[in-house]
Amino acid sequence: MASEIKSEIELLRTRISSGATTARAVVESSVNAAQKLNGMLNAFLEIDRLGALKRGDEVQKGNRSPNAVTTPASSLAGVPMAIKDNLCVRGMQTSCGSRILSDYHPPYNATVIERLLEAGAIIIGKTNCDEFAMGSSNENSAFGPVKNPWDLRRVPGGSSGGSAAAVAAGIVPVALGSDTGGSVRQPASLCGIFGLKPTYGRNSRYGLVAFASSLDQVGVFGRSVRDVATVLEVIAGRDPQDATTANVPVPDYSAALTGDIKSLRIGFPRALFGEGLDGDVRTAVENAIDTYRDLGAEIVDVELPRAEYCIAVYYIIATAEASSNLARYDGVRYGFRAEDAPELRSMYRRTRDEGFGPEVKRRIMLGTYVLSAGYYDAYYRKAQQARALLREDFRKAFESCDAIITPTAPTPAFLLGEKVDDPLAMYLNDVYTVTANLAGVPGLSVPCGLSADRLPIGFQLLGPYWSESELFKLADAYERTQSFIARPPIYAG
Amino acid sequence: MPINESDIEKIAQLAHLEITSEELKVFAPQIAEIVTYVEQLSALDTSNVEPALGGLTSEGEATDSARDDAVSSSLGQKVALAEAPDAAAGHFRVPKVL
Repeated sequence: MASEIKSEIELLRTRISSGATTARAVVESSVNAAQKLNGMLNAFLEIDRLGALKRGDEVQKGNRSPNAVTTPASSLAGVPMAIKDNLCVRGMQTSCGSRILSDYHPPYNATVIERLLEAGAIIIGKTNCDEFAMGSSNENSAFGPVKNPWDLRRVPGGSSGGSAAAVAAGIVPVALGSDTGGSVRQPASLCGIFGLKPTYGRNSRYGLVAFASSLDQVGVFGRSVRDVATVLEVIAGRDPQDATTANVPVPDYSAALTGDIKSLRIGFPRALFGEGLDGDVRTAVENAIDTYRDLGAEIVDVELPRAEYCIAVYYIIATAEASSNLARYDGVRYGFRAEDAPELRSMYRRTRDEGFGPEVKRRIMLGTYVLSAGYYDAYYRKAQQARALLREDFRKAFESCDAIITPTAPTPAFLLGEKVDDPLAMYLNDVYTVTANLAGVPGLSVPCGLSADRLPIGFQLLGPYWSESELFKLADAYERTQSFIARPPIYAG
Repeated sequence: MPINESDIEKIAQLAHLEITSEELKVFAPQIAEIVTYVEQLSALDTSNVEPALGGLTSEGEATDSARDDAVSSSLGQKVALAEAPDAAAGHFRVPKVL
């Protein structure tokens, strides 16, 4: 067994508590990197230099009290973080990558943000994303696309592309995103880092701007599994402000990282490794399966017979829910309002026409269509029935295994502009990730090497409900076998 | 029957979207293609299948999400109006309705 991976969060905390550095110095270096690299990456929509430095000083003072650094309440003391711009942080903007919320400053913190702040995290800025988290390339942001730090001509993935790029480029050790159909896992894969979508109900969405409420979860990016586990432990748990959060105890996730996976069974859904899968991706994921076999895991064949319908089911349910959730943007209570409309209805229509970008309009219209009279049963109800069958497929599959392995994305990062005029081709990029959201199960993307073009590849581990500990254990065991952590050409410091 | 430009115009109206004729020409074939794609679902046998109405796990279903019926603080008028594009006299102001 290889040695334990040193977590960057632990390293920072040790250096701060020993006096080798200060929280302010850590934050300053992170903010400097963000400001220096943002011209190339466009990963941040807002960088709060002054606020972050001030908070660095406050956290440093708090750390002078006895034992403060070792209490769970300060497990993120002095850790700089980046937050996707669809999570409300008081004092900063929350644009959702949309013109319609370009100047919106929420008057409250999301619950997950409150918990990060209580644990001592320092938020340095808000990250770019596809408008209202709708997209797989970050090209749907009203504020320009994020560039992939591995190759600036390529997309970072989406929709949480800014958070993924900020972590991959070493600006922050960890960041938050949101995952409705793969928006944390797919950019994590395309940028060569770890990305988790927890079980539905594991953490609160209060203060996460809603896209598709039966699918949305807040997710975590990191350059090591241990760091992702540490952040999840802080943000997870029941929140009275979000009725979908479940009363399920939050375990000590770090305790699961033992490196010993001998008793675990990994399901291999052979049928999903077929048509449309890039050769380099297939090889890399198959090598990872071999590594697991060498580590003592048992590889078993599993089937997800209804998985082929997942994109169709997803784009009915997600757009239907989006058309309802996005009805609130009407130019009345907050956000952008079109000028000089003569009466109320034309104000609504012009505000939404000028405020939303093309992908958001397409999805609102598609969602409106599948919910409209005469089509509801054929599309929406049918999709909900198919969703029930898909959940049943997972339940059955997990009777014979502890986790399922798949590629995270069918190809490495594609070129900017390559799929922008073909929405359906873009949607098919989510073929491996949407199933987890439809079934509600957790999914973790793990980096597993580079393609011939030196672009990152990731595999995905899916587990039963509340099995985040097992996913972390498996990912950590794999991470220990990797002799080096690949760094992109664009990297801080 | 494939979805056409007049269907899209009707949907846009339902969704309170004012789309231009140029947008219509782009959206109509794209949405038609996506609708055709999702129609593959009709091949799936869903007879006697109860639809999944949301995303909750059984533990989520079992969680009592009712809050105590207690008075708590709210944003207050000033903060609630602070982000409004047009506010006056403690209200959201909108263009004339009729």
